[in-house]
Amino acid sequence: MSASSMRIALVGNPNCGKTALFNQLTGGRQKVANYAGVTVERKEGRFVAPSGRTLQVLDLPGAYSLDATSPDEAITRDVCLGRYPGEAVPDLIVCVADATNLRLHLRFVLEVRRLGRPVVLALNMMDAARRRGLVIDVAELSRRLGVPVVETVAVRRGGAKALVERIDSVVPAIEPMPVDEAGVEQLHAEVRAILAATVTTPRNTVALDDAIDRWVLHPVFGLGILAVLMFMIFQAVFSWAQPVMDAIEAGVAALGTTVTGFLPEGSALHSLLNDGVFAGLGAVLVFLPQILILFLFILVLEESGYLPRAAFLLDKMMFRVGLTGRAFIPLLSSFACAIPGIMATRSIQDPRDRLTTILVAPLMTCSARLPVYTLLIAAFIPDRAVWGVFNLQGIVLFVLYFAGIFSALAVAFVIKRLRKDKSEHALLMELPSYRLPNVRDVALGLWERALIFLKRVGGIILALTVLLWFLSSFPGPPEGATAPAIDYSIAGRLGRLLEYVFAPIGFNWQICIALVPGLAAREVAVAALGTVYAMSGSDDSMAAQLGPVIAHQWTLATALSLLAWYVFAPQCMSTLAVIRRETNSWRNVAVAAGYLFGLAYLGSLLTYQIARALS
Amino acid sequence: MRLSDAPKGAQAVVQSVSDAHPADQIAQRLRDLGFVAGEPVRLVARGPLGGDPLLIHIGSTRFALRRNEADRVEVSLEGAA
Repeated sequence: MSASSMRIALVGNPNCGKTALFNQLTGGRQKVANYAGVTVERKEGRFVAPSGRTLQVLDLPGAYSLDATSPDEAITRDVCLGRYPGEAVPDLIVCVADATNLRLHLRFVLEVRRLGRPVVLALNMMDAARRRGLVIDVAELSRRLGVPVVETVAVRRGGAKALVERIDSVVPAIEPMPVDEAGVEQLHAEVRAILAATVTTPRNTVALDDAIDRWVLHPVFGLGILAVLMFMIFQAVFSWAQPVMDAIEAGVAALGTTVTGFLPEGSALHSLLNDGVFAGLGAVLVFLPQILILFLFILVLEESGYLPRAAFLLDKMMFRVGLTGRAFIPLLSSFACAIPGIMATRSIQDPRDRLTTILVAPLMTCSARLPVYTLLIAAFIPDRAVWGVFNLQGIVLFVLYFAGIFSALAVAFVIKRLRKDKSEHALLMELPSYRLPNVRDVALGLWERALIFLKRVGGIILALTVLLWFLSSFPGPPEGATAPAIDYSIAGRLGRLLEYVFAPIGFNWQICIALVPGLAAREVAVAALGTVYAMSGSDDSMAAQLGPVIAHQWTLATALSLLAWYVFAPQCMSTLAVIRRETNSWRNVAVAAGYLFGLAYLGSLLTYQIARALS
Repeated sequence: MRLSDAPKGAQAVVQSVSDAHPADQIAQRLRDLGFVAGEPVRLVARGPLGGDPLLIHIGSTRFALRRNEADRVEVSLEGAA
């Protein structure tokens, strides 16, 4: 290898802070959370050390053992041994261990040391260890392990300074450790001996976790707390966001008026900007506050260590329907977006449990459905208080979320009954200690979500909206036409064609048109509706108020039917693409898309016909 | 006694982990996670439905184990052994 560059691999048990450390080292922005299994594939970054050497850093998935039982662990083992295709053997392995949890993590350190590669041990979360009163004799630990040991606090700025200095001064050719063939029992005995000699533990380190767990995991209060927490989140999404949403709506409308004011009324450019760009953007942008509030809650819950507790509480129920408690975290992430949710299923070791989770993840109400739900709820459900404290609109939203959850469980149950393999599959899930969420990490997570959303709005959604404007503007109406111009356009004709298929579930041709670009991404449908109605109306300014227009033109049955459609329909290319990537099978994509569209049509048909019969 | 039968909150010590069947992956996993003879363990909590899963404190870590998994772990109560 060249003297000016060096390859470093970060390894360690799940949830020991490898990714936070990676971010500290490289200035990267990987996602950090407080549950096992966040890093699901190798990530690479580089930085220049004070000595001028370029250090290439690999962030590997967490492993409990090198005796790999999951795909993640196999990657980690293979990279360490230089067996991973296309990956050179790392010059130095930085083994990261949670200082508050050395009993478990040291065993892995010993396993890594036996590989005979140069190793540095990073004792991470030293701040938490000190807070808990743990005293670690670092010099003695280093002597007994025979590897350099440095202290780090990965979640704090500058917390990896000692590690960088150490790596920088390491001559990357430490003589290999003697390889011994100790069994698991001996490894544990060795760990116990090392711990006894180097760590002083006060007896009450776990008192806080115990005190919180007593309530949070209580059979009655625990479930109560979980239910209240979830309900509060959805109420907050609706009520906190409202003032900001009003401001955004007014802002976009004002901007649109200002910009288009300079253009001649009735020109094609005026129409494109007003009906295409501003009507489309405004309709979607307005949902940013709600999406961010939802993500805020998920990020805080993730960081605090609460999520695995929720998984614990729900495991039995999820197991009965054919899932696993581990599926709770991917499924909860799917409330934000099914794509990270499906990727997070990699932390489910069991391939069978994992596939089931992937197939039902798109049923979780992702944030892209929020624009559609909010639009319809605001237009059709009266904003009034129920029992003094709750808001009827909030309750309807909660019901829609619940419908997604319930159908996911039902589908998982059907999959469980259909499959032939009935063997036992394990839970074995680690519950981390509670910790206070780090403001910086949460803010960073929110910032990233906002950027991703804005990029989607600015990219795909804008492009599709403009395309739709063209389709609904051309060809123009013939001389002496009486109906709105859109009726003669390509989009209008396409919509009327689709109406034959969707009439039984109550969709008019405007909805049908909006669903076509909406196949690419759910929230596009709202922008598309904005464009379609702006194009078919005579009043240009009404684009900003899509809600009142549809409230006037649609029946309640149509609105409810569209809501039901959105609970199920897999209108998201990215989700289908990620299913294909994660399962490496087009068959699974076809199964997912097929059953979801089937459920969507059936659900909407029932909703529409029943609602019509009742009204 | 089996870990799954241990009383809530009681300190216990692992005696052995037995394979439920030949090449038992789950038993191997339990050993990897530190369930080996001599390790002190404590049952912290039981799940809300049918007392399943179990929350086991071992070392300074907590693991959620389903009852079937915990059945593989034989323990003795501290002081009684």
